[in-house]
Amino acid sequence: MMRRGCVICALVAVIEAGCRAGVYRDAMEATGGDPARGAAALRRYGCDTCHTIPGVQTAQANVGPPLTAIAVRTYLAGELPNNPANMQEWIRHPRAVEPRTAMPDTGVTEADGRDIAAYLYTLR
Amino acid sequence: MHRRVATVVARATPTAACLMPLRVFHSVLEPAGPQAASITWLWWVMFAVCAAVFVIVLGATGAAMLRSWMRSDASARAGESTLGAAVAAGVGLTVAILFGLLVADIRAHRIVSSFGAPSAISIAVTGHQWWWEIEYEDATPSRRLKTANEIHIPIGRPVVFKFASHDVIHSFWAPNLQGKRDLVPGISSAIWLQADRPGIYRGQCAEFCGRQHAHMAFDIVAESDADFERWLDAQRGSAREPQSEEALRGRAVFLARQCAFCHTVRGTGAYGNVGPDLTHLASRGTIAAGTLPNSRGHLAGWIVNSQTIKPGNQMPPNPLEAGDLQALLAYLEELR
Repeated sequence: MMRRGCVICALVAVIEAGCRAGVYRDAMEATGGDPARGAAALRRYGCDTCHTIPGVQTAQANVGPPLTAIAVRTYLAGELPNNPANMQEWIRHPRAVEPRTAMPDTGVTEADGRDIAAYLYTLR
Repeated sequence: MHRRVATVVARATPTAACLMPLRVFHSVLEPAGPQAASITWLWWVMFAVCAAVFVIVLGATGAAMLRSWMRSDASARAGESTLGAAVAAGVGLTVAILFGLLVADIRAHRIVSSFGAPSAISIAVTGHQWWWEIEYEDATPSRRLKTANEIHIPIGRPVVFKFASHDVIHSFWAPNLQGKRDLVPGISSAIWLQADRPGIYRGQCAEFCGRQHAHMAFDIVAESDADFERWLDAQRGSAREPQSEEALRGRAVFLARQCAFCHTVRGTGAYGNVGPDLTHLASRGTIAAGTLPNSRGHLAGWIVNSQTIKPGNQMPPNPLEAGDLQALLAYLEELR
């Protein structure tokens, strides 16, 4: 009985790890960025001072919307269809997309934008 | 959170990073001045002596166990006659070691509390929950200047720090430069310190002072004489006029909304003294007493709701209109 429980636990862990690896791979393929670098970058630009972002310990703010499951959301900023190009555009130039937004242009570089988008696309 | 500031500062402001000296690892064991060096020396003396005593005691205990196990009863009785001598030697050695450590301690303390030149730079530090008010004193009142959380000093010159507290007991501690000194309400005190190498030395409140004690840090930037004088001159000036349309609107927001009740921006109508002086905010490396890097993203989140970042701090949430927030950010970024 005990042994069967262990086997099931191990199986679940392996499957979960496999799924996570798949999620990361998909996010990297979609954006060309690196999710791990993206998680560091979004702290550097201060995204975590306004948003709650799963997996980022310091990101527990409620100034802007939480980015929970942002990868599967239909619209970004309430107007852009959610795809990697629009995600990066919104991260890098929010005021160009929506002039009345409170989200500031934080000077995200193209490479950092790709990495941040890659991390956000792992949030399913 | 602190590590985050350490790694982030250089990247957040690329131009400032090129000009500024490097951030030094926050440690008592990496002294950058004579006072801290004497503390480090004392630390190593204590460590060496205590390590030696530890090894000797363990060795003696092991030898005694081994001997009693191998020896017969008859020779054990013979050993008792030397016991008195061994105890006397042990007590004598202990007294000698403790006396030696006392001498070492007095030597270190003399250096830590030594006084510098009478014409030295004098900096008044006032502890607040949870930030540091910094005032450079000068005989000419117009040459005094106020700032917060970031202290610049020239290398190779003694600087005197005078302490006071606005509310509870805090403790000023920059481990690479000096020992701790408490800031006790109603009691003034002072220390001298000197940095011999350029660098950004992190300091931290070292006396529990409330909920955000851990987020009460400061930086001491040690730089060349010329850089220091340039910084001092720039900081003495009033805030510069806004350069862009948006920044101009930002200043109006700053003055019309609640900001001006608590903060000072010299040269404008803002004379609040509840929070830090923001006249040259953009020249500082961090905000919120070393809690966040000073970048636009961090500043925005801090202004709108600092309570999720540093819960319990005195600054209320400021639900500004989006356009007002953007203008305010443009204005604050120009306060170099």
